[in-house]
Amino acid sequence: MTSTSGSGENSSTPLLSLRGVHKSFGAVNVLRDVNLDVWAGQVTALVGDNGAGKSTLIKGIAGIYPFDTGEVAFDGEPVKITGPRQSNALGIEVVYQDLALCDNLDVVHNMYLGRELKSGVSLDETTMEQRARETLDGLSVRTLKSVRQVVASLSGGQRQTVAIARAVLWNSRLVILDEPTAALGVAQTEQVLNLVRRLADNGLAVILISHNMNDVMQVADNIAALYLGNMAAQVSKTSVNHQQVVELITTGRSGDLGLQQAVAL
Amino acid sequence: MSTDVRLTTDDGVVHEGDQSISEALSAYGNKIRGGELGSLPAFLGLIVLVIIFGALKGDVFLTAFNFANLLTQSSMVIVLAMGLVFVLLLGEIDLSAGFGAGTSAAVLAVALTQKGLPWYVAILAALATGALIGLFIGVLVARLGIPSFVVTLAMFLGLQGLMLLIIGDGGTIAVKDPVILAIENNNLSIVAGWVLFAIVVLGYALTSGRRILQRRSQGLTTQSNSLWLSKVIAIAVLYGAFTWQFSKERSLNPQATSIKGVPYIVPLILVLLVVLTFVLSRTAFGRHIYAVGGNAEAARRAGINVQGIRIACFVICQVLAAVAGILFASRDNSVSPSTGGSTTLLYAVGAAVIGGTSLFGGRGRVWDAVIGGLVVGIIGNGLPLITQQAGIQFIVTGLVLLVAASVDALSRRRSAASGRA
Repeated sequence: MTSTSGSGENSSTPLLSLRGVHKSFGAVNVLRDVNLDVWAGQVTALVGDNGAGKSTLIKGIAGIYPFDTGEVAFDGEPVKITGPRQSNALGIEVVYQDLALCDNLDVVHNMYLGRELKSGVSLDETTMEQRARETLDGLSVRTLKSVRQVVASLSGGQRQTVAIARAVLWNSRLVILDEPTAALGVAQTEQVLNLVRRLADNGLAVILISHNMNDVMQVADNIAALYLGNMAAQVSKTSVNHQQVVELITTGRSGDLGLQQAVAL
Repeated sequence: MSTDVRLTTDDGVVHEGDQSISEALSAYGNKIRGGELGSLPAFLGLIVLVIIFGALKGDVFLTAFNFANLLTQSSMVIVLAMGLVFVLLLGEIDLSAGFGAGTSAAVLAVALTQKGLPWYVAILAALATGALIGLFIGVLVARLGIPSFVVTLAMFLGLQGLMLLIIGDGGTIAVKDPVILAIENNNLSIVAGWVLFAIVVLGYALTSGRRILQRRSQGLTTQSNSLWLSKVIAIAVLYGAFTWQFSKERSLNPQATSIKGVPYIVPLILVLLVVLTFVLSRTAFGRHIYAVGGNAEAARRAGINVQGIRIACFVICQVLAAVAGILFASRDNSVSPSTGGSTTLLYAVGAAVIGGTSLFGGRGRVWDAVIGGLVVGIIGNGLPLITQQAGIQFIVTGLVLLVAASVDALSRRRSAASGRA
């Protein structure tokens, strides 16, 4: 469960690298000169108070609200993400907080929603069911009895699992999770965090948005703290403690870390 | 029946073995208890109604002649309800489907009589009329975002007016084309009836058997052979008894006219049932309809063209309404301004809901329209045998509709409580 690697100053090339990213909505500068590195096989926690720009940042990566300026590199190559299709093509998948599952469809149907496998005109149910099961097995998911269960009959943790498994199904390389544990109980939170850890251990890059410091300290390899649209710091988890992260979130600085002068409000 | 093997693989995931008859029954029981009633209330209602009418007026009601009559009487409502299932699955409604049927029937009648066009051109014109009406409604609902209730309420009135204009001053157009009239009034030959029987039973046995083998070869759970065989036998026995009954002479006056054979309407409805069920449950398009009905936002984010699906469903609904309109013209031998009016739409919506299609969207099957349509048809057929008072007939039918809608609402609450949908 404990992370072994996890140095923010990783030697290898980051899978995703943002440099000097800006985004404004009208007169409001939501993101200012943001840098972010995300490595394969690591969980990068994205933290920050409400309105810090976390959602805008991931929507930019997902192509929903493309960045105004700044450089984005994926796998070392400069890329321009201007729409969700491009980010999907790169292997970027986002699991939103509301999960976007159809309650009246079963697990397999939800995992393949919008990208169904077909043989001729009809759906290839057997292959879809088999691959869905393989994906779930690959993530060591033991909590789902049958992949033909209707999603409405699943618990919150199981739904989260299905949503994450759907994101992993497509040979994705970067999975972005938006508050995956926000609505869960203790045991289910534990299950989902285990799953998040396994995603990274399987070689995927993971960005985890969370307000919960315990979650962050438990699974993250490195922590990126946003403060009022600025990247306060991106640090290895081993180099900081709980208190320092909280200071970075609330004031944008903590000792030597963080923004060196007060940010103009 | 213990062919069931529960395998626990080393990864700890429980893989269930093939489903035996007893397991299938207990799974069905769990579904019912969880509030997924499906067609069960309609099926029970069907049996209860047959017993009641049989006990009160068995000499008239329980005759092959009357049952054939009942089938053709129900056919319009069944086809209309099939179309409504598509719209109801989205959580929408089409109140103008009845007059859509009437308008298409009027186009058919004008094409046949005043334009003197052949029957197939007239049918194509009627279907095209339905498609155009559906497209118009669909675009208004999906693109402009006007609630379907309002759009189709306006169309309810508008189409009634359009019908009057198409039919013109005469008031009623007689339909004399023999092919059109045959649809509702003629029967298959005895041999053709049994050929249809063979197609139905073998078709079911082979397609379901193939699917079972396919799943088994991939190591997935499926039905056991005994469950499959008992389903095939059940269909063979039931549909065989049906064909046998309809192969006998049923004319009230055999000397004058001979009436025997399965009505043409039966294969027509079977084809619609199979094709539309395939579309809904085995194609990506059908899956997307359920997805939009279940969670439109999730469907949109999954890259599904939600507006396109909405428009398509309204088109399908109105095209099937046009088919119902052709049946009306065939059965009444004419088209009048009241074709498709009065209780038609209410009965069709009722049929879909009684059959188990939810008014809240996301749940329903084409089969629901058939069984629900038969329930509505039996009430319409049996009640006049018991009472001649139209007032009582309306009240009883209204009550049945209310009961069906309550069952839908209650089962939804129950499934919410038990964590199903």
